[in-house]
Amino acid sequence: MTRGAENGAPNGQALLQVKDLKKHFQVGRGTALKAVDGISLEIKKGETFGLVGESGCGKSTVGRTLVRLYEPSGGQVVYGGRDIHQAKGEEARILNRKMQMVFQDPQASLNPRMVVGDIVAEGIDIHGLAESRKERQDAVHELLETVGLNKEHANRYPHEFSGGQRQRIGVARALAVDPDFIVADEPVSALDVSIQAQVINLMKRLQRERDLTYLFISHDLSVVKYISDRVGVMYLGVMVEMAPSDELYANPMHPYTQALLSAVPVPDPDVEMERERIVLEGDVPSPVNPPSGCRFRTRCPYATEACAHEEPVWREVSPEHWVAACHCID
Amino acid sequence: MSEAVTAEGSQTQTIRPRERRLAGFWRRFKRNRLALVGLVIVGIMLLTAALAPLIAPSDPQAQDYALTLQPPGVGGLMGTDSLGGDVFSRVVFGARISLISSLISVGIALLIGVPVGLTAGYFRGIWDEWIVMRVVDSLQAFPFLILALVIAAILGGGLGYAMIAIGIGFIPAFVRITRAQVLTVRSLDYVDAARAIGTGHVGIMLRHVLPNSLPPLLVQTTLAVGYAIIAEATLSFLGLGAEPGQPSWGSMLFQAQSYLTTAWWMAFFPGMAIFFAVLGFNLLGDGVREALDPRTYD
Repeated sequence: MTRGAENGAPNGQALLQVKDLKKHFQVGRGTALKAVDGISLEIKKGETFGLVGESGCGKSTVGRTLVRLYEPSGGQVVYGGRDIHQAKGEEARILNRKMQMVFQDPQASLNPRMVVGDIVAEGIDIHGLAESRKERQDAVHELLETVGLNKEHANRYPHEFSGGQRQRIGVARALAVDPDFIVADEPVSALDVSIQAQVINLMKRLQRERDLTYLFISHDLSVVKYISDRVGVMYLGVMVEMAPSDELYANPMHPYTQALLSAVPVPDPDVEMERERIVLEGDVPSPVNPPSGCRFRTRCPYATEACAHEEPVWREVSPEHWVAACHCID
Repeated sequence: MSEAVTAEGSQTQTIRPRERRLAGFWRRFKRNRLALVGLVIVGIMLLTAALAPLIAPSDPQAQDYALTLQPPGVGGLMGTDSLGGDVFSRVVFGARISLISSLISVGIALLIGVPVGLTAGYFRGIWDEWIVMRVVDSLQAFPFLILALVIAAILGGGLGYAMIAIGIGFIPAFVRITRAQVLTVRSLDYVDAARAIGTGHVGIMLRHVLPNSLPPLLVQTTLAVGYAIIAEATLSFLGLGAEPGQPSWGSMLFQAQSYLTTAWWMAFFPGMAIFFAVLGFNLLGDGVREALDPRTYD
């Protein structure tokens, strides 16, 4: 893990283990939307794990289940040796502090009727982290300054801020309870590109300073590559490939990963002209009724008849490089 | 890529100066002429009710059999009624009864309807689907006035019971509006954010869901006050509300029934009072709705 060093050194110890996580939503009588259908991964302390995939592949559902906004339908999430979805009372309160979330839409994630100071301080109030009004106010001011705002902003309402500033407020709110782990669900996809870089750099700085671990969810492969130590690629509720970031981008093995990466534009017009793109045909099948065998077979350029009944095997093809292996991976 | 915090930080200076929510609301509200008319009417009514003893020339309950059915001008500003009471004084004091009874009945509806709608929309499940909504549906199967009439008749006559009956009649509408609003708000990200931080159900409902569900409720409240005035007048007119001697606009109309052809002023003035009061509250409600609508933000 060479990339790890610059990000506050993941020491190889798993902070969080996800074991065969499933989340099915009931959609009418007897039918279930299998948003997440058996995902396993480990997130190491201090690293950034990037989760990529198309809209509707279940990546946000994974994130929300990890911070206990959803109850899983199967599998478990282990944090500090405990299944987090079994936690109750005091234990649950501690988990609420240790695991936080930054949301995609900075507009919808801030209560429009609360001033920024109260939004940021909500966690402080709930967990009794400030002894006095003065202490609470100081904490809020410090948090705002940490995320690049200033203390005058505490008395304003969210609608008075730009998108990038609102996302900073969302980050400050998450930081207020002093978490170890933050799920960032598409934190920059609603922002202008120039602002995206600022928010991402802010997140990287905070990771260094506060020894944070991130699950970074995005559909933007360039952003994920920039921030992540390891990346997992999801398709239709399952993980198809997982590897250290450099390895994945240099040597994608699964046909879906290859197609995704070929869609990333190269910032060089000559290369861009020459570049061959793999264009996937058709739409993502419905997660209510996913294809049998390999889920990707309906759009896979290498699909054969056998793919309809052969489930790909999740295996480590080279150190740390996992792939849902089918006949086209040897 | 170095972090350009300062660049964006300085941007805040150019954002328009902080405007309080109330000021923005008022700025949008006053652009609507009709809403201002409504506000003036409601204001006049409030003042009349508050200062009734100073405005009214005589005791509204006083009777003078020597001076019955005097036309306006001769027997005071608005004439006298069949018992010799001063119509003007009675209309002035009627504003009190109308306002108090409509505010109390709407208050009852708010006090019960909002918590029920809030918990039903927030928790969903059996409480919402099989208890609250079925009761609300059954209540709404009856026209509002019929429902209020039946409840008033069961409870017995009198202004107090009429208020309760009208209040109960309003509950379904308040439950529905609150619930519908809560259903929208509860799925927003800031509610999830509060849950992720560890805020409890009560905290989420009071800090996040209720405050953001208020605008339609505020509108419904102003409109309901207008409707309650009609309802109180109707119940009083039918003998289920205020006693005939009490200066309620509805009971004045009831009393005026037999004199419609001979003493028009007995029915005309309380009728106009009801008309303007309801008009005022409706215009005010419409204005509030428009001023609160985010699409009229500028």
